[in-house]
Amino acid sequence: MSSLLDARPRGDIARPAAAEPLLSGRGLRKRYRSGSTILEVLRGVDLEVSPGEFVAVVGQSGSGKSTLLHLLGLLDAPDSGSVHLGGRRIDNLPVSARDTIRNREIGMVFQSYHLLPELDAVENVLAPLYVRHGVIEWLRRRAEARRKAVGLLERFGLGGRLHHRPRQLSGGEMQRVAIARALVAGPRLLLADEPTGNLDAESGAGILEALVELNRADGLSIVMVTHDPVVAARADTIVRLSAGCHAAHVSPRVHE
Amino acid sequence: MYKLLLCCRYLRTRWIALASVISVTLGVATMVVVNAVMAGFSHEMQSRIHGILSDLVFESHSLSGFQDPDWHMQEIRRAGGDSIAGMTPTVAVPAMLSFQVRGQWITRQVMFIGIDAATHASVSDFDEFLQHPSNRKQLTFELHEGGYDTGGSIDGVAGPLRPALEDAGWPHRRRRVEQERLWRDKQGGPVRPLDRQVDAVLAATSPARADDEPEATPAGDAPPADPFKAARPQEGHTMDPAREQFTGIVPGIGLASFRDGTGTDRFLVLPGDDVKVTFPTAGTPPKAVSDTFTVVDFYESKMSEYDSNFVFVPIDSLQRLRGMIEPESGVASVNSIQIKLAAGADLDEVRDRLRKAFPPELYAVSSWRDKQGPLLSAVDMEMAVLNILLFLIVAVAGFGILAIFFMIVVEKTRDIGILKAIGAGSSGIAGIFLGYGLALGLVGGGAGLALGLAITWNINRIRQAVEWCTGERVFDPSIYYFFDIPTIIDPFTISWIITGAVGIAVASSVLPAMRAARLHPVEALRHE
Repeated sequence: MSSLLDARPRGDIARPAAAEPLLSGRGLRKRYRSGSTILEVLRGVDLEVSPGEFVAVVGQSGSGKSTLLHLLGLLDAPDSGSVHLGGRRIDNLPVSARDTIRNREIGMVFQSYHLLPELDAVENVLAPLYVRHGVIEWLRRRAEARRKAVGLLERFGLGGRLHHRPRQLSGGEMQRVAIARALVAGPRLLLADEPTGNLDAESGAGILEALVELNRADGLSIVMVTHDPVVAARADTIVRLSAGCHAAHVSPRVHE
Repeated sequence: MYKLLLCCRYLRTRWIALASVISVTLGVATMVVVNAVMAGFSHEMQSRIHGILSDLVFESHSLSGFQDPDWHMQEIRRAGGDSIAGMTPTVAVPAMLSFQVRGQWITRQVMFIGIDAATHASVSDFDEFLQHPSNRKQLTFELHEGGYDTGGSIDGVAGPLRPALEDAGWPHRRRRVEQERLWRDKQGGPVRPLDRQVDAVLAATSPARADDEPEATPAGDAPPADPFKAARPQEGHTMDPAREQFTGIVPGIGLASFRDGTGTDRFLVLPGDDVKVTFPTAGTPPKAVSDTFTVVDFYESKMSEYDSNFVFVPIDSLQRLRGMIEPESGVASVNSIQIKLAAGADLDEVRDRLRKAFPPELYAVSSWRDKQGPLLSAVDMEMAVLNILLFLIVAVAGFGILAIFFMIVVEKTRDIGILKAIGAGSSGIAGIFLGYGLALGLVGGGAGLALGLAITWNINRIRQAVEWCTGERVFDPSIYYFFDIPTIIDPFTISWIITGAVGIAVASSVLPAMRAARLHPVEALRHE
């Protein structure tokens, strides 16, 4: 099954400590203006993710976890500080280059799934490839891409729901479709924003297991935002944000 | 790829947007129908006018005309070269047409046109507008023994019947003469005014007529044999109106008839009746002379302007009566030459060449378009104004699309955020909505085109259905020149309409598309 992700350059499973970080954020600051008040969300956060590392970002609501993830995922630009991916600074690239990085190197999973309601499960998984390819290119690669998407859905136990629309799926199913979508383009990094936040305990546990499995078996680097300490405990590293500041960096690895 | 896919999906799932293009559909359908009908109307009218008038008219400014039409025709042929396909001389003068209905004289102002029967039909569709089948083949100015077309057909489509024409011609003439004889016998024999006048005219013109006759060959390529000789009253001969006719005359049908409330034609004069025409002589100052003619046929072009104005006679008779033939040399004058151009010749170019070849102080050269300029340009103007007004309807539809697109962009804000999160660029997002606008425009325009063509092809059936439902005539052939609503579907006009409609749909999706493209991904994702 892991062969589905072979296109992705595999991080070194041994994770040497001295290895260059896959992703790093340095001195990230972000403030939002809301009317006359300025809301300082991030006040200089540093974060490093080694290849194959599973990082959980925890903190209270409003501590800037999601904003940090948006900055790392290039959905937003920091006011100051920088984001590096594979040693290359990416936050100041031209818009189209950032679009390409989002499309090819970073997969994102959201709390409320964010599937396109007009598309069925397979099409939602294929969406990043639709975005990447023009019509002619798509027609040439369609069969291969479809196989890959169906394979991912089957891996997540959705083999019987390939052509269901999002509203015909349960929350856990939708989140698994979203994870498949994040993986279809073969990214190096998965950013997950409260992936279990909207799910009941059982579904949430299923999603979490899927992420852990991806990290362990495929060596996928994951940054997951969560407020649930139980969920965070499954990660290699826990980064605690408090009021926009990097408060603590714990490496429990209790499960090994 | 995602742009195409999402456009298709939105098209299938957003019915509200389809509602907004219904106005585009209706606008396009209306424009297609209106343009087809207007073009058909304009074309029919032009071809009819063109059928009445020759391509080019070469005329003198003077009513007296110019001498020697043969020499002029040679010069025209030299100047026009191969573009000239045919020519015929005519003499046209204003005149008064008088006829008697139930003892009362009716006089009408007419354009009295002397034509060369042999060649006139070669420059226009003149023959097609006559009522007797044999005259349609070749006009002879001789009264026929009945057989006039009672169908009143236009372009092969039968109109209302005209039973009055059934026994027109010699039978009508004989009956009338018989009635007059009975009436005269009853009254104790006073000679009726018409007959007295006829005698006077005969007395006045007979000597000249005798002199002129050998030279009175029709100008142009007409055969030298005079077809009217047999019918013409000879000197010293007492005419028997039951067996002989005066010089033939073909008045426009509008002069001889009127249409009553039920739409049937009522005739004041029939072929076989005698009429009097008063017209100016060619000398200076002109003197009015009169002569009696026998109606041998009617001219019906369905253009009331011409049908109630034109009266045709043989050109040699008119030349003789007006004194347009020089007694010594026998050279005749005419005041215009009708010119038919070869197929494919450039009307305006030949006209300009002829204008250059002849002194403009003496001659005017004009095309049939010049002659009907105001009418044709009025129709064109009407079409242009209608098109502008109808296009405004489509433009209004554009604002509907604009509003609905803004709604859709708001509704789709989160989806736009998702697309941006998975790497779609702003131009791609804009492309979705522009493509969606294009698709809606194509759907709306296509549906409008289909609807418009369906209406156009069945417009006469629709008219009949409406007439059947309401019991009123929607399209009155006595007002228009046709029995059926004519339509022409011009592919150029249609592509222009569709392009315009699609362009408006795309243009009105530009603003919403730009708004969608500018959405910030994070804010879009947070949108509830």
